[in-house]
Amino acid sequence: MRTIFRAIRRRVNGTEKPDDGRTRNSDRRTRNSDGTRARTDGGVVSEDDRGPPDPGVLGRTRDRINGRFGSDFAESTPFWLPPFLLMGLFVYGAILWNVVISLTDFEGFGQPDYSDLDFEMYVRAFQDSGVITAGANTLILTVAFTLSTLAVGLLLAILIDRGIRFENTFRTIYLLPMSLSFVVTAQFWLWIYNFNNGIANILLGVVNLGPFDFIGNRALVLWAVVFALMWQFSGYAMVVYLAGLRAIPTEHYEAAKVDGASTLKMYWRVIVPQLKGATISATVVLMVFALKAFDFLYSLVSGYRPPNGADILATKMVREAYANLNWAYASAIAILLFLLALVIIGPYLVYQYREGNL
Amino acid sequence: MSDATAAPTESETESVLDRIDLYRVGLYVSLLALVVLYMIPIQSGLVTSIKTSPTGVSETLPYLPPPPEFFTLEKWQTAFDALSRGLVNSALYAVPATVISAFFGSIAAYGLTQATWKDRYKAPVLALFVAGIFIPYQAVLVPLSQFWANIVPLTDLLGFVWAMGVDDDYAGTVEMIVTHVAYGIPICTILFRSYYKNMSVEMIESARLDGASMRAVYRRIVLPLSTPMFAVVLIYQFTQIWNDLLFALILISTESSPAAPVVLILAGLGLSLEGQDFPLRMAGAFIAALPTLAVYVMFGEEFAEGVAT
Repeated sequence: MRTIFRAIRRRVNGTEKPDDGRTRNSDRRTRNSDGTRARTDGGVVSEDDRGPPDPGVLGRTRDRINGRFGSDFAESTPFWLPPFLLMGLFVYGAILWNVVISLTDFEGFGQPDYSDLDFEMYVRAFQDSGVITAGANTLILTVAFTLSTLAVGLLLAILIDRGIRFENTFRTIYLLPMSLSFVVTAQFWLWIYNFNNGIANILLGVVNLGPFDFIGNRALVLWAVVFALMWQFSGYAMVVYLAGLRAIPTEHYEAAKVDGASTLKMYWRVIVPQLKGATISATVVLMVFALKAFDFLYSLVSGYRPPNGADILATKMVREAYANLNWAYASAIAILLFLLALVIIGPYLVYQYREGNL
Repeated sequence: MSDATAAPTESETESVLDRIDLYRVGLYVSLLALVVLYMIPIQSGLVTSIKTSPTGVSETLPYLPPPPEFFTLEKWQTAFDALSRGLVNSALYAVPATVISAFFGSIAAYGLTQATWKDRYKAPVLALFVAGIFIPYQAVLVPLSQFWANIVPLTDLLGFVWAMGVDDDYAGTVEMIVTHVAYGIPICTILFRSYYKNMSVEMIESARLDGASMRAVYRRIVLPLSTPMFAVVLIYQFTQIWNDLLFALILISTESSPAAPVVLILAGLGLSLEGQDFPLRMAGAFIAALPTLAVYVMFGEEFAEGVAT
């Protein structure tokens, strides 16, 4: 590794001096016409010329690596490898470690005992009615939130794309909740859903409904959370769809108009099918956001136990770990959550690869 | 762009009136109705934050400003007193973590786009970066606590800092920086990658042909051209890190800690014995959100670009 760095430094030092005379933005033509300078630039060339006769063991290794992986492989490693290793350690290293911890019986204070590994915690998880309920809630929350957010986001995007005035202002307003913390929006929604003075109950009172205890009623709370999260993230779906809509050539709209299609029909038949890519990426991001809705649920109650009926795997896992100190059990739940996420991410990665985006 | 801007000559006024059809009216009405829906939680929070509690809250409608007898700024004062140290603590890790993760993302994306090496090997590396964005953080929490408690116990390792009179809870701040950098790298890398992929390769190729090393190309061409993308990534990352509660909860844990960030204090604010003090909560929510709101109002375009990619 160090020799790679040294080799790079050597080459950089060779180029640096002639480079100084150059302006950064000089385009190709000026540089090519600048013949003399290009030739005195030869510091590098001579360096490379000197290379082949005696590349040394490390030079040969580097050449072989480059031959196998591509011409810039060795030189590009200092750029992507350190971030990759840091990320890899914290993401993939931690997940592997989590798998191992989930196989132990680690609980309470102290350190895990890695000598006795078994699947006991997973058996326990599948027999725990709390985990089953949390899993069901996770699925309901994820599906309901994703579908409603996509629908509202698409509606917003279409409305904004109709050539309106103050387009930027509208877009800024719809996207604004996305810039707020879950902790902040949870406070707002607690107030909206308040039993005595909340706006939700005042509005429903106008049509002689309610009042409802949105947070306290276990049949309602999950839907109240879905609505709040939809409010926060539909702006995101809007932005993604808007980018998708802008990429559709205007001829498609005109062709549909010429064919005499109504606006609604035009969108349904011609435009929406072309938003497949936008829908897929927005879906993946939203589903993963929903799996992580922990911050919002924690802030609703300022504690590890979310309102009755709104416990999801994410909250259950953190509660088992940090409130009950059942570390191994929490790790097992975390792995179940991870597998759920993998079901979404895996096909997405395959799709991206097929589309040539990887 | 729109009909209503036409110059007000006689004939044109007429044609404008003709063209203002029901369709456009319906369009703007729905847009405005949606504005109400999107703003009402924020608006009602704002007017509630300047009401007295509990009488002001129960005697007035939640979406209307208070009459003078129920008006008070006391809640903002109380909330600010409680949260001000949290604002400083949040900034202490959010700013460095944002800058470092953006830089790492930039160099990683550069090494993965502008360098020629075989796609066969590049694709798995990229896939790992992309998947890293979507990991549910619950799957790494227990190892993360173990890592910072037993493998790299900063409270012990940075003994010389605490000896200088800094509270050793600030070890949590350092942990937050490293953690947020590590988990921020994937999204930063992907954001920069989409930008570098569309960058004109001509200039870079000619520089490479002239014998410039990758480092020189990065420093002299790519980095200066990345400024717009750095704005996007910095804004996006700052908002994410500032807003995140989970890692703060795990690594700093209590709101009474001297190093507690603003989200952690806010999560416990207003839970007093005599019931929930909503004006105080609302005021606190606004104070905690002020930095990200300010960033959003100033750089809305960049934020939109960040989330859309």
